[in-house]
Amino acid sequence: MSCPVNRLQIMKLTLERKRSRSSAATLIALLLSVLAALIAGGALLLIVGANPLQAYGEMFRGAFGDDFALTQTLLKATPLLFTGLSVTLALRSGFWNIGAEGQLLMGAFAATGIALFWTDSLPTFLVIPAVIIAGFVGGALWGLLSAALKVWLGVNEIVTTLMLNYIAIEWIEFLYFSAWRNPRGFGFPGTAEFPREAWLPPLSGRLHIGFAIALIACVLVWLLLARTKWGYELRVMGASLPAARYSGIRLIRNMLLVVMISGGIAGLAGMSEVAGISHRLQNGLAVGYGYTGLIVAFLARLNPLSAIVSAIFLAGLTVGSEQLQLTMNLPASFALILQGTILLLVVAGEVLTHYRIRLLLPQRRQASWTQPSSNQ
Amino acid sequence: MDTALIESVVSIAIRAGTSVMFAALGGILTERSGVLNLGVEGMMLAGALAGFAGTYYSGSLLVGLLLAIIIGALFALLHAFWCVTLAGNQVASGLALVILGTGLADFLGQRIGPGGTPLVGMVSVSFPRTPLPLLSSIPVIGPAVFNQDALTYLLYLLIPLAWFYLFRTQAGIHLRAVGENPRAADALGVNVAAVRYGHTIVGGALIALGGAHLSLAYTPGWSADISGGRGWIAIAMIIFSMWNPLRAVVGAILFGGVTAIQFRMQVAGSSIPTYFLNMLPYVVTIVALVLVNQRRSLAGHSGIPSALGTAYHRE
Repeated sequence: MSCPVNRLQIMKLTLERKRSRSSAATLIALLLSVLAALIAGGALLLIVGANPLQAYGEMFRGAFGDDFALTQTLLKATPLLFTGLSVTLALRSGFWNIGAEGQLLMGAFAATGIALFWTDSLPTFLVIPAVIIAGFVGGALWGLLSAALKVWLGVNEIVTTLMLNYIAIEWIEFLYFSAWRNPRGFGFPGTAEFPREAWLPPLSGRLHIGFAIALIACVLVWLLLARTKWGYELRVMGASLPAARYSGIRLIRNMLLVVMISGGIAGLAGMSEVAGISHRLQNGLAVGYGYTGLIVAFLARLNPLSAIVSAIFLAGLTVGSEQLQLTMNLPASFALILQGTILLLVVAGEVLTHYRIRLLLPQRRQASWTQPSSNQ
Repeated sequence: MDTALIESVVSIAIRAGTSVMFAALGGILTERSGVLNLGVEGMMLAGALAGFAGTYYSGSLLVGLLLAIIIGALFALLHAFWCVTLAGNQVASGLALVILGTGLADFLGQRIGPGGTPLVGMVSVSFPRTPLPLLSSIPVIGPAVFNQDALTYLLYLLIPLAWFYLFRTQAGIHLRAVGENPRAADALGVNVAAVRYGHTIVGGALIALGGAHLSLAYTPGWSADISGGRGWIAIAMIIFSMWNPLRAVVGAILFGGVTAIQFRMQVAGSSIPTYFLNMLPYVVTIVALVLVNQRRSLAGHSGIPSALGTAYHRE
């Protein structure tokens, strides 16, 4: 529709949809997103009177500066890998799993139950496998609830997975503040320490095998999605549920199964936190790994292998921000601000790499009156 | 039940439901235009902090509310730019706003107190309960419904107004047309982008007011977990209401009622651990969604705006 403003316009930017996009453009867009987020975060630091360069330097040292820092980052990357993978697998199959947080907690709950009460009655070599499987099952069943509500009752999964997060938080608080509270804990809110046999063995130093399990899970999920027939069905579901239905894919069965696996992977995050690090169920487990998992997944563009890089990067941000709190007295929630900004910019970059930005130069005067009404 | 108990439960239910209702109202306006806003939780937190900080420093509740409205509108503007102009993924943009809003509110809440100290624990003016003359002396209803704070009264006006706007005005018809079938609306000469921007921004302001009600009336003061998932409950209420402000009232009262009962049971020294009582609002939200969905599948429609969550390209 023409309006007077159009005639005054000197030039115009338009977006045109491209058929395909190069992976180089994608990578550049991702890097620019991260860079722009760091600049925006730097501006915020300036506003509150902190030196951004010093802050980012501290963050980098805190996250990657020495062996201790690097171990800390890889430890932090472990739950993020699991939750990122959980979100990725579900979303590639058409299910928005915002409930990795709750599934993580239920995985931790189940793993804790086995570690505390079954260790004595199991052969030693079976304790660790039992703890791991329990973590998976705990998360899987919690995920299954939302999937069942979606496929049978048509309830939106974004809302149910979220509500279940809050319910899971209350449940584990009940456990470590009340039901399973260590009677000899001197008032400390947490369960008793797990028996040694139920601790995840170390990989090197403080890094436990949870990290290795997470890496293996990434490869397995990648293989599943990229190389199997079932993975292909899942990807069709993710692209379009109606299309999947018309092509005869067993939607209900597939959805229930894949969300169980997705929830189970998130459950492994909780298992690896309690059996690998704290060796008890205690406060500080519900710190948003599930939500950060969404960013891990998006930053990796829903690729299970790229998730390894994005999880380590985001873990670095978190560990670095904790360092910031210690050395510069800046709130560690700075990491959240960076994460939110990165996610926003990645979404924008996703759009922009799909389009070519074209500059429309003004038509010459003569041309414009020979084609009088072609004004867009 | 004696009337005093009913009065107290209804009164607490309304008080507890106010913030969720503000947010649901804002969300309904936004989503009727076809823009999905999952950022409610983050926008409520930002509104709660802005409202409290504005009031704390100016000493005026009005300034606080104004600041909350501005911050909510800015967040919504960002969301609208992402969803309408860039046509980006609306779910991801909303979730990004939750994370960004949570982070900013916590970060600034720890820094913008006097001399760079945290705002946590600071005290400022807050909205008192103001009984309305005459109305508050109606038996039972009066003390329960008309002895609330000014923001709740504002909500009493906004709810019927929003309903009237949506279903009885030309602008409301245009809004719904844009949410149902943007191409047809465009062909009729409705500016799709403008309608979407406008309602997302007004919606964001309302959502932020919901947050401000928390920090200025319901639990005066600032803490980083002040919203406690109410933004998500508001989103569930929107679905539950089938995008109708009047039905959303039922949801908000239900949520508030559960909170009130939970409160009464704690006061009465119930033997059920508080953790289970705290789960109630979330459990009830899920159950309510299931029930509504059952009824809906019988009725054959869910009331969801057909174009919700999809960008509109003019080709």
